Order: sequence, then C-alpha cells, then structure tokens
Amino acid sequence: MGRQTPLFKLHQELGARIVDFGGWDMPVQYSSQIGEHHAVRRAAGVFDVSQMCVIDLKGARVRPFLRSLLANDVDKLTRPGKAIYSCMLDESGGVLDDLIVYYLSDSWFRVVVNAGTRDKDLAWIRRHAREFDVAVLERAELAMLAIQGPEARAKAAKLLSRVGAATALELDTFVGREIEGWFVARTGYTGEDGFEVMLPASDAERVWRELNSLGVASCGLGARDTLRLEAGMNLYGNDMDEKTHPFESGLAWTVAMEPRDRAFIGRAALEAVKAQGPSRKLVGLLLEDRGVLRSHQKVMVAEAGEGEITSGTFSPTLERSIAFARVPAATGAQVQVDIRGKLLNARVVKPPFVRFGQALVR
Amino acid sequence: MSKVPADLKYTKTHEWLRTLPDGSIEIGITDHAQQALGDLVFVEVPEAGRAIKAGEPCAVVESVKAASDVYSPVTGEVTAGNPRLAGEPEVVNTDAYGGGWLMRVRPTPGGAAAALMSPAEYEKLQQEEGH
Repeated sequence: MGRQTPLFKLHQELGARIVDFGGWDMPVQYSSQIGEHHAVRRAAGVFDVSQMCVIDLKGARVRPFLRSLLANDVDKLTRPGKAIYSCMLDESGGVLDDLIVYYLSDSWFRVVVNAGTRDKDLAWIRRHAREFDVAVLERAELAMLAIQGPEARAKAAKLLSRVGAATALELDTFVGREIEGWFVARTGYTGEDGFEVMLPASDAERVWRELNSLGVASCGLGARDTLRLEAGMNLYGNDMDEKTHPFESGLAWTVAMEPRDRAFIGRAALEAVKAQGPSRKLVGLLLEDRGVLRSHQKVMVAEAGEGEITSGTFSPTLERSIAFARVPAATGAQVQVDIRGKLLNARVVKPPFVRFGQALVR
Repeated sequence: MSKVPADLKYTKTHEWLRTLPDGSIEIGITDHAQQALGDLVFVEVPEAGRAIKAGEPCAVVESVKAASDVYSPVTGEVTAGNPRLAGEPEVVNTDAYGGGWLMRVRPTPGGAAAALMSPAEYEKLQQEEGH
C-alpha cells in the first residue's frame, strides 16, 4: 500500500480504480477515462493533486536563492501572487524536476514539485538553501484540488463568499492568492481555464462533494494525462529527466539565458549545448495510420536516424493518436513509428494539439 | 460485477469462446477484461486465412491507457476478423459477448488448445484475482 491523500476514502466511495502513482494510491479513473476527459474540455472536472509537494521558502535572500536554483528567472515575477513554470537543473543541465514557483512576498516564495521527486527535490533545495539562509518548509498538511474546464472557475467560485468569489474570478492567468483560508491559483495542467486550490486537508472532502453537486465531474489521473498531452505539456519522468536537458525537451522557452550574468545551476552545461546546437529535439506527432502511439516506441526518421516516443496516447478530442517524441534535430515533417513491428506514418506537428477545447492540429 | 454467460467457455487470460453451428469458434474478451482495460480506442484483429496456434497472440486491444495482447485459445485458421471493430472499438466495451467478438477460427482437428474453463471456474478465477 502506498501513501494516501486526505481524499483517498472518498475516491474509493466514488468507485475509483486506484493505482500506484509515484508511491501514492491515486484514482486513475472513476467511470470512463474518456468521459472524464470530455467533461474537462466541455464543462468542468476536479482532480485530486494532493500528492504534489508544496514547499514554502522563506528568508530575506529567497529571491537570489531561487535565481541561482532555477533555470527560469524569478526576477520576471514583479507582482505578488504571480507564478512561473521552471525546470530545476543539476550541474550537467539534466532536469531534476519541473515546478511552479509563486512569488508571495519579498521574503516568501512557494514552489510546487512533483510527488515522485519529492525526497530528491527537498534534499536538493535544502542543500542549496543553506548558503542563502532560506528556510524550507514542506506544507504536507495542505490538500490540493485542480478544478479545470471552461465552467470550472465559475463553479468553484460558488464555494466562496460573494467577496471571495469576486476576488477569485479577478485572478489573472498564472496568479494565485490567499482567499478565505485557501490559496487559489489560476493555473492548471489541462489546457483549459481553471483553478488549482491548496486548502486545509480537513476541507477537501466537503469541497469535492460540493463541486460534484454543482456538476463538476470527478476526474482521475488517466484523464489528467490525456488532457496534458493534448495541451502540449511535458510530464516529468516521461518527457524529460536527469538524463535530458531542457533544450532537447521542448523546454527552451522556460530557460532564461538572459541576463547573461545570472549564474544558475546548470547554466554552464546549457551554454555548451547551445554553442554546439542540441543534437535532439522534442516534437509532437500525429499518427496518420490507425493505432496508438505509446512511450518507448521507436521512431524512424529518414536520413536523420532514430528517436523514441516519450509520451503517447489516444487523443479523445482529436480521436486519433498523438505523442511527444525525442528525435534527431534534423527531423523534418514526417516520421515512421515502429508499432509491434509495423512501420506506421506520423506527421510532425507543433504542440499544443488542443487548447481551450479547440483542436489546433488537423 | 462482471457478466459471465453460462453458454460460453473461458480462458485464464480472459478470452471467451463460443462454438458456432458450423463448428467454428468465435472468440472475444470477457466483460471482466474490458472493464479492466477501460475505454477501448483501437482493436486489431487477424485477417481471414491466417493460421494461428493456441497460446499465440492473435489480436490486440488498446484502451486509452494500455495495449493488451489477446491469445488464441485454439489452433486453426481464422475465418473472419470482426470488421466492425476498426471503426467502433468501443463495441467491445458495450457488448463484449455479442457485437464485440474479435475473430472466428476453424479449429484444426486434433490441434492443440488452451485449457478451457467453465463459467463457474472463470467466476472463481475472477474472485481469486481480487476483482
């Protein structure tokens, strides 16, 4: 048996199929994975993401600490509540984890890291925080719900007071703030609008049931994976890890190489990669033949070599199979994928595949 | 609770078998198997004329989550793959024992066959597997 979130008993009561996810017993689906996927694209769904690790960083030098720790530059954060997405790299430029960091005050930032990398991340962060005198506080007592979909914000706001709801509905994209004891952020991992809410574990079950009664569907990790892949969002451990760097993981946009005098961990290694030009890249694939792309299938690229699918699935929105693949940098518009010994045709496309309910590739 | 029709035979790898009037055998996956797989999105069935051996993978069923092989319980020649499943793989979810059949096989007389289970034995297997 793995670790359980404060909502575990409710998931069981709701008939979820439970699977191991990074050491946690998590709901993969309640009734139909495709049904849950469409609920988020078309209306609203709620996910238990309490397995994710919330860490508060406090200290007078927390900003310079994060400017050293992260590949993206927290100096882009000028307004309290604003967040950015970043990789945390090791000295060789390998990705230790991807995370969201919120700027709450000049002495308080909050990061949210993946469940499967929790221990490694905490050790790494603590080790580097010492020289900046930054306190590292895990907020394990918080539950986290992701409420996602075109109707998600309006429905979630109904759980707040009139004033609280107005405040929540005014939040800009990638901004979070404390509202009536909850930390409400307009973020997500589905390609739809919505909130991620950190709240006391004791509130979580009541909130979930109220969301259900407002027509917000219970959604599992299965739908979360198809939604994020359609949305062109990487999954740590699949699409990047310590053996890959951001430039070959479709994450160059998250690395702030400017200003040039910012010395962050992994910078020297990335400078070297940049000077040479990355040998591989992460691309989107759309399968043209019938079948389903899956991670680790081999990708054949004419005159350029071979690559590998890092994440693949059937896209419920497009009703075709889509994937991310790491391929030689010279890969053009067309590849073939080896599925059980058959070479099937796939087209190289630029993710995202779907955003705000709309198909972006044909 | 999954359905286990009384007039079929079963395998421990969750296929069902129905003997048709002409002596050929219709094969599919059980209700239990389709529930475990979840929403099916792709099914690959063998073509008519293909010779298959008992215990050999002969079809593939893929849900959003994962791909699974289907093993032939008998040795023989495929007389038909279910053509409907190319466009409507979800029929395996909604009608596992009817419209969701995967293939029909004319068994080779005296050919090897997998150990088959009665409905009662198959129900017991499901319970033992804890589902």
